[in-house]
Amino acid sequence: MTTVTDRPTEAPLAVPSRKRSRAFGFNSVSPREKVVRYILLVFVLLITIGPFLWQLSTSLKGSGEDIYTRIPRLLPAQPTFSHYKEVTDTIPVLDYARNSLVVAVLVVGGNVIGASLAGFAISRLQFRGRKIVLGLFLATLVLPGEVTIISQYVTVREFGLANTLLGVALPGMIGALNVLLMYNAFRALPLEVDQAAIVDGANAWQRFVYIGLPSVRGTISVIAIFAFIGAWDDFLWPLIVLTDPNKYTLTVGLQYLSGTFSNNPRLIAAGTMIAFIPIVIVFATLQRFFFKGVEEGAVKG
Amino acid sequence: MRSNRWFTPWVLVIPALTWLLVFNLWPSINTVILSFTNARPIGGGHFVGLKNFETLLHDEQLRWALLNSVIYMVVCLPFLTVLPLLLAVLVEKKLPGITFFRTAFYTPVVASAVVVALIWQWILDDRGLVNGLAEKLGVISGPLPFLSDQWLLLLSAISLTVWKGLGYYMIIYLAALGNVGRELHEAAAVDGASPLRRFIHVTIPGVRGTMILISILISVSALRVFSELFILSGGKGGPGGRDNSVVMLIQQYSQGFEGNLGYASALSIVLFFVTVVPMLVLARLNRRGAEA
Repeated sequence: MTTVTDRPTEAPLAVPSRKRSRAFGFNSVSPREKVVRYILLVFVLLITIGPFLWQLSTSLKGSGEDIYTRIPRLLPAQPTFSHYKEVTDTIPVLDYARNSLVVAVLVVGGNVIGASLAGFAISRLQFRGRKIVLGLFLATLVLPGEVTIISQYVTVREFGLANTLLGVALPGMIGALNVLLMYNAFRALPLEVDQAAIVDGANAWQRFVYIGLPSVRGTISVIAIFAFIGAWDDFLWPLIVLTDPNKYTLTVGLQYLSGTFSNNPRLIAAGTMIAFIPIVIVFATLQRFFFKGVEEGAVKG
Repeated sequence: MRSNRWFTPWVLVIPALTWLLVFNLWPSINTVILSFTNARPIGGGHFVGLKNFETLLHDEQLRWALLNSVIYMVVCLPFLTVLPLLLAVLVEKKLPGITFFRTAFYTPVVASAVVVALIWQWILDDRGLVNGLAEKLGVISGPLPFLSDQWLLLLSAISLTVWKGLGYYMIIYLAALGNVGRELHEAAAVDGASPLRRFIHVTIPGVRGTMILISILISVSALRVFSELFILSGGKGGPGGRDNSVVMLIQQYSQGFEGNLGYASALSIVLFFVTVVPMLVLARLNRRGAEA
């Protein structure tokens, strides 16, 4: 499947014809273009990564170091981890991180299982009402989540789950969008494969496990990565559901932290890095699957 | 086929369908019901008729919030439809190390809006990086009140949203660029079209549909803005609460003894209609473009 879409990733080293230099850009990059491209890439890199480095640097600067100098220094003169220790001592940041992790794992699990089951059924199985079910999932996309957030809170409260981590996780555990993404991914499979399996006596469950799932791994990883990041980063919903500071997730806890230490940027910086670094590690480790999944989705869609 | 019993599909669909009904469809209906009550965050509340909607009409905070939303949308749209496309073109070519750049450009998207806003709060602080550098360079004599002036605060939040959104829309464009025919590009190049002309006459028409989709996404998310403004203003919505967004108002009414879930629901209905408008406009635009 991928062979069709794979572009020649590297320029053939054969001598490029000088006469067709205008078409140079396609199979190879002229040295000058290369330099320009890298300059631009580094420029954008500074804009996108710079603020994070600045915050990291602030978090490592010693208490005696002037962080308000007019000539900003990126490298700390007296590097120290003491602010990280101070933050974790004063505010249960590590508990918040654990709470965020619990919510994120529930959300990822729910979406991977729930969305792939439903996506498979809607795209590969015939049943009465299939179109209506699909329509219902599509219809919810029009509705921004913030519109229903208050009555979602009322629902969660009626379940007795207000101020609990389960209450934070529950509504996001099967997202309509994820069901549609899985629906799309499963649909890309040729129907003949299914028919052959049916002739061989495979039931729906076997077709799901042995034929469906292996071919949609890209989309599943995209869903899992997005669900994890979404749950870890979410702020508004946990802010509404949680009232007890012991149950805060990391984002809500950070906001609480910034109110408490608004006069000490070093501590806030350390707190933000504790929330930021894990998600960057997760993403950097999985980005391979992510970008592959995105390309796969684009080709199929 | 005998192994495929009639209820099998339903067994697979029911978990997702339950979630849809309980956490999407029912809350949509319930929002309308709640908007006619004075329900409290602690529970209870009774029918009050159209009172919430009458209050909406005279709510000065809501007027500011709507104005802010419109400004947010109008400023974000051009930046976020164009800059990410340029970025996508920049990272499209498979140069050595390009994966690193792609991942790095995506980092602001992965970071929580809370983390990002706290970082920017420190950068834009009276004694922060931007004011420090500007003073050093002699551009300004005193610090610019990025976080305490009504309009500068709004502008700061908008820049933050644009900065954080770049990578996200870049990826969507990147996927779309993969579908723009290479043959067209090559043909144009052979005919002697400069890279700029090819960008305008081949790339842009090729991603037109994606551009409209992205415009819808940008408009809707600009109208839904919450975390950036909330954190940058320290949860207060700027001077006199004039930097609130509609979602910030909804959140404010969701808690405490002063809270009023009924009124928050009425605000939610306003939010719904506000976000539907750009969707309808752009969807129409898309259809007309397809016919042309």
